[in-house]
Amino acid sequence: MPDEEEIVLRELTDEELVKQMHDDLYDGLADEIVEGTTILLERGWSAPEVLDKSLVEGMRIVGIDFRDGVLFVPEVLLAANAMKAGMAVLRPLLAETGAERAGRIVIGTVKGDIHDIGKNLVAMMLEGAGFEVIDIGINNPVENYLAALEAHRPDILGMSALLTTTMPYMKVVIDELVAKGIRDDYIVLVGGAPLNEEFGKAIGADAYCRDAAVAAETAQALVRSRRAAGSQA
Amino acid sequence: MTVGSRLFAEEVAYEPARPGGGPRLLVIACGAIAREVLAVIRLNGWSNVTLRCLPGKLHNTPRRIAERVDAGLREAEAEGRWDRVFVAYGDCGTGGELDRVVAAHGVQRLPGDHCYAFLAGVDNWLAMHEAEPRTFYLTDFLCRHFERFVIKGLRLDEHPELLPDYFGNYRRVVFLAQTDDPALVARAREAAAYLGLELEVRRTGLGDLRPVLERVAGGRQT
Repeated sequence: MPDEEEIVLRELTDEELVKQMHDDLYDGLADEIVEGTTILLERGWSAPEVLDKSLVEGMRIVGIDFRDGVLFVPEVLLAANAMKAGMAVLRPLLAETGAERAGRIVIGTVKGDIHDIGKNLVAMMLEGAGFEVIDIGINNPVENYLAALEAHRPDILGMSALLTTTMPYMKVVIDELVAKGIRDDYIVLVGGAPLNEEFGKAIGADAYCRDAAVAAETAQALVRSRRAAGSQA
Repeated sequence: MTVGSRLFAEEVAYEPARPGGGPRLLVIACGAIAREVLAVIRLNGWSNVTLRCLPGKLHNTPRRIAERVDAGLREAEAEGRWDRVFVAYGDCGTGGELDRVVAAHGVQRLPGDHCYAFLAGVDNWLAMHEAEPRTFYLTDFLCRHFERFVIKGLRLDEHPELLPDYFGNYRRVVFLAQTDDPALVARAREAAAYLGLELEVRRTGLGDLRPVLERVAGGRQT
């Protein structure tokens, strides 16, 4: 049987190429994503346009199939690494555009928890959505969050946990923000496999985000809403 | 296919050879702890306990654990022949979903987040985790099935470049040994070497598994 016909990315129309990039991202093909990104830039696409229509949209599709149990963690990691490869091409160009950031977020996994696959996906999708992301890593005690908030003055604090034993620590952080009288200075988003909306509300977060795409959408919506409220005040 | 392979991939049931007296107890367990549950059954000489194991490989897709346990509990209820049913799983990455399932069926599960928690003893494991959260745990089952469960299950055989994504945050491997088996220690050493981490071996025996199952078999709350 003949091999599957090889697709030459340069021979595709823009529309076909973007669709092919969604497929390549889904299959975790980093080299193809870099090539597709480069071709679109050469054809005059702006970096934000390439990011939004090919990479972010591609990862959104991956996220849906992960949520629905079609894809699993290895496939999502491969897709994420492909997106990272594309982002590496776009990042310097995005910086050059000088476009206003969608907002700034400090994000980290809570104390006692070293799982960061989900948190890293969220950070990547937020960067894709135009946020400046300050990732403070894993196993963060409340002091780390407070120091990062003080140093970076973000719009959003994002916290992640994978374990039922570590997720209650999110409340420790929020309670400390309340005690210091700075809770309302930040939008607090929480996420992680054992969490749900009810838990998010119970600990006093502004929103629970069930996946990376939802996190990006929620972050954009809440920052817009806060800025609109601020401008009316 | 070996018993170990079947426990990894399939549902396996163990009926008592000569069903005896006492309340009929069904244990729905993870295949990863089948040997240990059977050890408790044999140590106590129980002839009134049936063990049904779900495939150990469900751990690589934990969202499916709760639905499979739910199906097992429904089947048990439909059979109408059990005086008690117990679920021998921890939370096992289900994010509380398994707790909702067992609560809906009015049954209980093993304490702790994972098998390594109740095999080490939940309090011991929490202390260990507090001391060094960057620990990857192995049990006898995970040593036996490291290649299938970790290397192939996480597609590291095809994509070794993913190793840092999965294990980059870990600093050590602790093998929680249920038995004194030099062959398993050797496998643990190979696994730690593959991950590029130091190995520590701790003999745990059956940990909390034995007292919890004995309480269940005795009809007491866990």
